Amino acid sequence: MAKEECITQWNKTGDTSTLRNRKTFPLSEKTFQTPSTAVSKDKNSRTGGQSSEDDTQSSNGTSAQFSVRGSLGTNEPPSRVLLMLVVGLSFSTRLYKITEPPHVCWDETHFGKMGSYYINRTFFFDVHPPLGKMLIGLAGYITGYDGTFPFIKPGDKYEHHNYWGMRGFCAVLGSFLPIFAYLIVLELSQSHTAALITASLLIFDTGCISISQYILLDPILMFFIMAAVLSMVKFNQQRHRPFTAPWWLWLVLIGVNLAGALGVKFVGLFVIVLVGLNTVWDLWRLLGDLSLSLVDIAKHFLARVVGLILLPLFIYVTIFAIHFVVLNKSGPGDGFFSSAFQSRLIGNNLHNASMPEYLAYGSTITVKNLRIAGGYLHSHWHLYPEGVGARQQQVTAYLHKDYNNLWLVHRQDNNTSQSGTPDLVRHGDIIRLEHKETTRNLHSHLHEAPLTKKHFQVTGYGTNGTGDTNDLWQVEVCGGRKGDLVKVLRSKVRFLHRATGCVLYSSGKTLPKWGWEQVEVTCSPYLKETPSSQWNIEDHINPRLPNISLSVLKPHFLEILLESHIIMIRGNSGLKPKDNEMNSKPWHWPINYQGLRFSGVNETEYRVYLLGNPVIWWMNLATLGLYLIMVAVASVALQRGFSLGPKRMEHACVLMRGGGLLLLGWLLHYVPFYTMGRVLYYHHYFPAMLFNTMLTGIKSHYILPTFPFHYIDFYLFHPLSYGMTGPLAHEPGSAMAGLKWMDSWEF
Amino acid sequence: MAGDVETRGCVSGIRVAESRISRLEMLQRPLVVTAQVDLVLVLVSVLALWTRLSHLSYPNAVVFDEVYYGQFVSLYMKRVFFIDDSGPPLGHMILALGAYLGGFDGNFVWNRIGAEYPSSVSVWSLRLLPALCGALCVPLVYLLTLELRFSHLSALGAALLLLLENSLIVQSRFMLLESVLIFFVLLAFFSYLRFHNTPDSSWFRYSWLLLCGASCAAAVGVKYMGVFSYLLLLGVASLHTWNLIGDQTVSVCVQCVCRFVCLLVVPVLLYVFWFYIHLSLLNRSGPHDQLMSSAFQASLQGGLSRITQGQPLEVAYGSQVTLRSSASQPIPCWLHSHKANYPIRYENGRGSSHQQQVTCYPFKDVNNWWIVKDPGSQELVVGSPPRPVRHGDVIQLVHGMTSRFLNSHDVAAPMSPHAQEVSGYINFNVSMAAQNLWRVDISNREAESEVWKTILSEVRLVHVNTSAVLKLSGVSLPDWGFRQLEVVAEKLFKGHSSSLGWTVEEHRYGISQEQKEREAELHSPTHIDVDRKISFWAKFLELQWKMLTVKQEDSEHKYSSSPLEWITMETNIAYWLHSSTNAQIHLIGNPVSWGVANLSLLAYQLLAAVYLLRRRRGFKDLPDGVWCQFVRLGCVCVGGWVVNFVPFLLMEKTLFLYHYLPALCYLYLLSPALLEHAHTHLLSNVTHRRALCVCVAAMLSSVFLSYRTFCPLTYGSPELSANQLQGLRWRDTWDILYRRR
Repeated sequence: MAKEECITQWNKTGDTSTLRNRKTFPLSEKTFQTPSTAVSKDKNSRTGGQSSEDDTQSSNGTSAQFSVRGSLGTNEPPSRVLLMLVVGLSFSTRLYKITEPPHVCWDETHFGKMGSYYINRTFFFDVHPPLGKMLIGLAGYITGYDGTFPFIKPGDKYEHHNYWGMRGFCAVLGSFLPIFAYLIVLELSQSHTAALITASLLIFDTGCISISQYILLDPILMFFIMAAVLSMVKFNQQRHRPFTAPWWLWLVLIGVNLAGALGVKFVGLFVIVLVGLNTVWDLWRLLGDLSLSLVDIAKHFLARVVGLILLPLFIYVTIFAIHFVVLNKSGPGDGFFSSAFQSRLIGNNLHNASMPEYLAYGSTITVKNLRIAGGYLHSHWHLYPEGVGARQQQVTAYLHKDYNNLWLVHRQDNNTSQSGTPDLVRHGDIIRLEHKETTRNLHSHLHEAPLTKKHFQVTGYGTNGTGDTNDLWQVEVCGGRKGDLVKVLRSKVRFLHRATGCVLYSSGKTLPKWGWEQVEVTCSPYLKETPSSQWNIEDHINPRLPNISLSVLKPHFLEILLESHIIMIRGNSGLKPKDNEMNSKPWHWPINYQGLRFSGVNETEYRVYLLGNPVIWWMNLATLGLYLIMVAVASVALQRGFSLGPKRMEHACVLMRGGGLLLLGWLLHYVPFYTMGRVLYYHHYFPAMLFNTMLTGIKSHYILPTFPFHYIDFYLFHPLSYGMTGPLAHEPGSAMAGLKWMDSWEF
Repeated sequence: MAGDVETRGCVSGIRVAESRISRLEMLQRPLVVTAQVDLVLVLVSVLALWTRLSHLSYPNAVVFDEVYYGQFVSLYMKRVFFIDDSGPPLGHMILALGAYLGGFDGNFVWNRIGAEYPSSVSVWSLRLLPALCGALCVPLVYLLTLELRFSHLSALGAALLLLLENSLIVQSRFMLLESVLIFFVLLAFFSYLRFHNTPDSSWFRYSWLLLCGASCAAAVGVKYMGVFSYLLLLGVASLHTWNLIGDQTVSVCVQCVCRFVCLLVVPVLLYVFWFYIHLSLLNRSGPHDQLMSSAFQASLQGGLSRITQGQPLEVAYGSQVTLRSSASQPIPCWLHSHKANYPIRYENGRGSSHQQQVTCYPFKDVNNWWIVKDPGSQELVVGSPPRPVRHGDVIQLVHGMTSRFLNSHDVAAPMSPHAQEVSGYINFNVSMAAQNLWRVDISNREAESEVWKTILSEVRLVHVNTSAVLKLSGVSLPDWGFRQLEVVAEKLFKGHSSSLGWTVEEHRYGISQEQKEREAELHSPTHIDVDRKISFWAKFLELQWKMLTVKQEDSEHKYSSSPLEWITMETNIAYWLHSSTNAQIHLIGNPVSWGVANLSLLAYQLLAAVYLLRRRRGFKDLPDGVWCQFVRLGCVCVGGWVVNFVPFLLMEKTLFLYHYLPALCYLYLLSPALLEHAHTHLLSNVTHRRALCVCVAAMLSSVFLSYRTFCPLTYGSPELSANQLQGLRWRDTWDILYRRR
């Protein structure tokens, strides 16, 4: 509502910015707008900030000169100088002390390790998409890191390893954030002051510095988010010149950056939503423009489909293709994937697998569920707790490869022939599966399963293979007939419980703590053939049978893609907070309630603590509140038809349009965390914080006098980011003495 | 058909027309009373009452969730305090009101579904109020459609759809809350629209707004789910207000304030009022006491207040105390120790101090007693005058029965190895000195030198040597620890957690120095009346907070379902099965109506999209008035469906088919209105219109037929044979029970 109102006002004041600016020119000759006013003399609403950025275009050459002259006259540094200042400060603050501390900090242990995996081409599994880690690996590779450092735990010394390249790469990307923020705000508000305030807020934010300086995904993610927003803003600015080269350029850049953001973390989805909403709104505007024919609108629509949907999708899929091509050696992530997938990996026991071809009695096997991200049939010494069915040994599905996944195949009547070649298992045979480690039999009975109450419980029962009749299972090859042999790896097998007639089933639900958060295995009375009730025999060890080389059907690329996404999503939602781990709540974040310890606990250690510059963050929060109040007042006034005067009108429009966009960005990057069940950390707030800071920048120009407090504050708090040693903050003599303003800060 | 009744006066209200010319003339003229009665409205009301109220006391057995709500009704009758996390108390109180009117004394054990009610229980009155609410929904829907500015035929259609909806009938006929919720939600929307449609001049219309606010409060008070509809209503109202602000011909200040008060202030106050009634009714202690803080418990009759009455308020050196953990998770418990030591080695090979175990024990026990000792003196008795312990004082805690000192040291705790072990100190001469000094840190203090008070103070015990805090870790110890809960000391730099707080619950001043005599019960002269110390607001906030945070064990129910199954009705719920025959009651909707509802939802969205796009291109298919009507229909009906359905997709609780019923009601409002829209504005051809009429007639009759078909499963009679039941199983996923004979 407010927006529409704003636009009508906008249109009243003049259709193009030239008119508007001309109108305000006499009023604001000594204000900061001068350079931009002077530049934008052609009808296309190009602005000073933009022309200063890419002044290679000949058409703007003269105006750029004019702008320099004009600004010299009004004692205002030219925009290019300002930009250079921002760039210089930004890079110097981010790259300062980049190699300190010379040990692994916090999540570097994960992402550094994953970068090494790329260099070593070892397959791994992570809950985030691969682009960020690929770039880290690439940066390391280029700067001469050989991938040999193990990154075992935080605090490990790097010694002679070349880690600065990876850190430097992240820091460089992180340095772009203030620059992008500067350009975005300049574009939205046409004010150098506002842009400069924004940039300085970000440059001197201790949190932004800390998070940019280490081998983390966040600087990469934020780089793409900001780049996407910048291209979107630039693209919006080109709306009067559709289908020209810059228009296409920015459109394509949006698409590339969206793919990049999504390729680093799924948080990139939020910026996609932001761009999507903006695009929908833009298309809606075009649709209402009756001077455009339907064909034109269709062209617009198709251009956006190509630029914002197909192109990012293509890039995103390509990233995965590279990921799968690069990582072709077996590694720690194998067990999460299906047998077919594993056969692609060099070094995996399924790669060019060689094992007895048909399932036989006396073999040791692992059994893997066929649903996507289904685990291995697993058991361990622990019992089901009281109140959960019978108090017998747990049977679960487990995603990692483990000796507890091994099972022995026995005949119903325990007498295995010791001589000669063992008998083969056939469709319809009745077998007993004995857990190799604990010698209990796979067992089911008429107790309800722990989570899926309509199913029966599956347990380990008996000792040394002696159990009862509830341990008998009938083997059924899907699509097979009586007497068919069971092919290892290729046959889909179902295990029907003899006594109750139910079928062995993996529900995919995660057991609570007593079950070690492994996946529930049940016996389902519903005999429908679903992947959840189908299993395949993966490992098959029988010394008395000849090993035969087996070729497993190679999966299609799209199948791999789908599979890895489902596994990633499962993994993400499976990241539940642990009990003794500090659990950060979303409401902690904007008030800077609690930081994150990057490195070091004790007095002697080199400590780095991720905490936003409190003055900046609290100012951001206050501005947000003030912004809402102002917009509410302004829109009520507009709705009520009060006249605000042309200058105020223009301010209100900038606040509502530019600020509205940024507010939407903040909401989209913040609110969804409230609904997430997974474990959350303080650094999840940083993308939202960028939007909030830009809002502060826009707003502060119009409302607040600019306080230089945050510079002082930066000086006070800089040891947090650049590291400190010596006594803890609550003791006198520390670098941070007296700065522990909140009890919850832990430096 | 009462189509000739004027559009606005469609109420069954009575108007008194008086001639006010002169007294003389008045005497000459007869006194005339004109009454306008909408016969259709009366008819559907009567039918609704008949379908919902007939044979209400059959089956004379506990049906489905009656087993759950019944226990609360009993507790209301006995005025025993309870806490139910499923919803605010108004719903329970309405059910209890029915029970109270029927003379139910609360003496019935609600232990299983299908249990027969004894003759002393008036089943009819227990079920009466929900059934009445369910029946009144039908005329409300009729009126609501009229307020949406659709015709009487549409209104009749909506009423018929609701009337013949088997699932709504089932849900209304038992002691359940959905029908009450739906009633209040519909009432809120009806009264709001009535307010909105009444011309500005009359002040009487604000009583409609007030009614709207009250029914919103009631809807939220019955179930939290009512919040969704309330928010939608607020959205619609704020949109109207926004337009009002834009209207520069009227002054809006007073109007805005009125709306604000009626739609925001009044509901909040009423919501708190429900809790006020709830808390004033329930003043006796009961099974859920232990979830609440000690101060809350002490305000209830019986229970803790009986123990704590007359005990001294201020904890002094020499006091004998029991310390209750402020955490109610996993269960409330008291700091405990006993004559058993930590095993030398745990199962995983880690070593322990082998000193005496300190645990948290969920039952009252003599081993829960500790004595507060001044480290500077050997006295274990209270001096005269008593020397109170203040915030920041350093104390020792001596276990009453074993005389061991509460101790902590740099040894990993048994189950949480990141934290320190807490033990009763035994000197084994292994150069492990006692570290038994604790600093009292009163976290809810008002002044720095606050005295440690019984029940009221929440203290943290900070270990002086290591500055770790005594904490309940919540993990159960293995068999060697008798499955009691582990207590640890943990170094914490941050924040507040209820597992760190401890409250003195039982307290007496110790006067006997001898170990043997120490267990004697002693009372001191200082009396306090704890009851007055806790205000209603404190109780309300604590109760509301506990209700929102207490988590029940999330267990899957046999008939639980996922929201996407509701749309296509893939699922049903068996409510009741006769103990010997095949007579049974199921929550199954009317399949035809559900299909119609889904179709109309789709059709509306499609139509809206087409209209919107075309309007944007400058084609005005509908005149502005009709467009407004169409938009309002969408806001209320489609919006209502969305807000009552989509949130469930994000929820992780156990969900049932009946959660869909409020959303379904909105769709039933939508269908006939949409048909009318199609009839008047989309079809210009007479033949097409006739065809539509025929379709509608066919649809209504098939709705009626399928209602008839499922009646046996709705009312539980007549009993069907296995074959007939099999025939009713229209979907494979329905779970209909057969009794094998």
